[in-house]
Amino acid sequence: MKLLPITLASLLCLGAAGASAQTEIQWWHSMTAVNNDWVNDLAKDFNASQKDYKIVPTYKGTYDVSFTAAVAAFRAGQAPHILQVFEVGTATMMASKGVSVPVAQIMKDAGYKFDPASYIPAVAGYYTAPNGQMMSFPLNSSTTVFYINKDAFKAAGIDASKPPTTWPEVAGAAAKLKASGHKCPLTIAWQGWTQLESFSTWHNVEMATKGNGMKGMDARLVLNSPLHVRHIENLANMAKQGLFVYKGRANTPEASFVSGECAMITTSSGFYGNVKKNAKFDFALATLPYYPDVPGAPQNTVIGGASLWVMSGKKPAEYKGVAAFFNYLSNAEVQSASHKRTGYLPITTASFALTEKSGFYKENPGTDVAPTQMVRKVTDKSRGIRLGNYVQIRTIEDEELENVWSGKKSAKEGLDSIVTRGNELLERFQKANKG
Amino acid sequence: MAAEKRVTFRSPWLPWALLAPQVVVIAVFFFWPAGQALVQSLQQSDAFGTSVEWVGLENFRNLWNDPTYLESFATTALFSVLVASLGLSLSLLLAVFADRVIKGSGIYRTLLIWPYAVAPAVAGVLWLFMFAPSVGIVSYWLRERGFEWNHLLNGNHAMALIVMAAVWKQIAYNFLFFLAGLQSIPKSLIEAAAIDGATPWRRFWTIQFPLLSPTTFFLLVINVIYVFLDTFAIVDAATSGGPGTETSILVYKLYYDAFKALDLGASAAQSVVLMFIVVIFTVVQFRYVEKKVNY
Repeated sequence: MKLLPITLASLLCLGAAGASAQTEIQWWHSMTAVNNDWVNDLAKDFNASQKDYKIVPTYKGTYDVSFTAAVAAFRAGQAPHILQVFEVGTATMMASKGVSVPVAQIMKDAGYKFDPASYIPAVAGYYTAPNGQMMSFPLNSSTTVFYINKDAFKAAGIDASKPPTTWPEVAGAAAKLKASGHKCPLTIAWQGWTQLESFSTWHNVEMATKGNGMKGMDARLVLNSPLHVRHIENLANMAKQGLFVYKGRANTPEASFVSGECAMITTSSGFYGNVKKNAKFDFALATLPYYPDVPGAPQNTVIGGASLWVMSGKKPAEYKGVAAFFNYLSNAEVQSASHKRTGYLPITTASFALTEKSGFYKENPGTDVAPTQMVRKVTDKSRGIRLGNYVQIRTIEDEELENVWSGKKSAKEGLDSIVTRGNELLERFQKANKG
Repeated sequence: MAAEKRVTFRSPWLPWALLAPQVVVIAVFFFWPAGQALVQSLQQSDAFGTSVEWVGLENFRNLWNDPTYLESFATTALFSVLVASLGLSLSLLLAVFADRVIKGSGIYRTLLIWPYAVAPAVAGVLWLFMFAPSVGIVSYWLRERGFEWNHLLNGNHAMALIVMAAVWKQIAYNFLFFLAGLQSIPKSLIEAAAIDGATPWRRFWTIQFPLLSPTTFFLLVINVIYVFLDTFAIVDAATSGGPGTETSILVYKLYYDAFKALDLGASAAQSVVLMFIVVIFTVVQFRYVEKKVNY
């Protein structure tokens, strides 16, 4: 009996060896459920479109798990060809010299035309090194948007056809919702990303020096500016009055919007599919709220999501295959289809135009909110955010904001604390990477 | 105490050969990783290990300069005292009662031992589901009775949550040993006391509890090691160290820095600190607490 699995395994190996005139390319990703189907389909369609290369997508756990797995694999010389890395890992990938090969390089070597200018500026900028070279291939980008429960608005006697666009309007709507008996007028998901990072670029103020770290590793946090303090203080007051209800870190609060418990939420544009499928009420998407008296606001929001990194130390033929795959993914038709299917941003301006032409935005109102927030000329303060030890900084943001919401610290104390603790990490990152 | 019986081997290599398997296991699974941690605690490197630099004691200096790390000691102390004392006393209580049950004792015992098979992360999630502020069944029940449960922002609630999960997880193990300990106490002693008119309460305190002391001591050591080293998954699943850093115990912070943040130097330094704490605790327990144990 024991022999059976071994025989089977060797038979399988033989079969695989017989068929592999193709070059196999390993792709580690973190997409689950419907998005897992999506990446599998991308690989399948690409494999069917040509004969030389075979993309093998493998789910390796959530973003942080697959990143840790890739680190271990790289140290053991077993890294995949393509690795999907979340946006907060960008600085780490860029600073780790010799770990990855720039995408621009891969495309040039394989003889493909690769024009970073065809990408939506806030997307391309995020993954472009200070020397102008695009380092990774943007696959799935989302941004921060605002969702409202239209039924709850109507029940509270608020005009649901015009979602609030500014923070004073949000506070006004929240007060009316509460007066009508609503237990949770507003909640916030990804608090650091939506209320500090995107909030900063949206108001065209820096959250860290050096263009939010885009220009060098000697950037330091400055998110305790008067505007930041004003906003967090505002939210803390709303929390005290029961207008804003804290529902946890990361995307945990999203469940309370889908269930109808909370009437408004700021979160990722990638949340759209979930709401559309599961919410039993009428909802609307709107741009992230802003303060109308701040000059330059609204600017553009910052992206989240992930990009594809090409790992170093592979054979030239394999890099050719990677380039061919990226070239396939750059096709406007493919990108537009992905955008419609997943709710992630259309990554190039061409695919945005194509999606618009197809009438998709008219049929699915609200889906154009995220792209329109992004398709703008970016400034040095809004191009993106690139900080070392970013995973830890995000956690510090979570911890200190919780201290503010619970009333343990004032808004100013909390933000000062983020700056002090975060800057220590930035200094250490700079030192470890000799930036 | 009886005089020690010394066995001498005639062959010079046989005792070493007999010891070898155990030595190899300890070397591979303890000394080697512990040595690696010591080395890494003196280094700083990027995530992928492409640039490694010797930094002396800087990782340790960074820890002492980090107020949240120092707060974490107090959090850990509170957590371990609560988990060890609650875990030991509850399981002793259960064991005493299970020892008296005659009918269907197998079922009771199996049910009580069951939670031990549950992985810590699952235990954390299980309790999180019951106490989730908006959808948890227990928090719903509490709200009905006018108690606003919110471990997302109330540090005491969050601490209570992870203590409950950690205790529940460990009760089964403690129970098993207490029950075995109780059953090895000769019935004649207890019957003699009963004939002399001792109440069950008195019989427990003057006969059973002292005779159980080797078991209690062993479990104390094991429980302290458990809370210090084995509870990060519960914290990770239930509270992620929050609200703020109020449930960020030492081993959770270590796990987070190593596996989420990939800051190997800092986490190696923390593991060295933690290793010393546990070693000191164990030595103290063996030197002072063991004196009170009757074998």
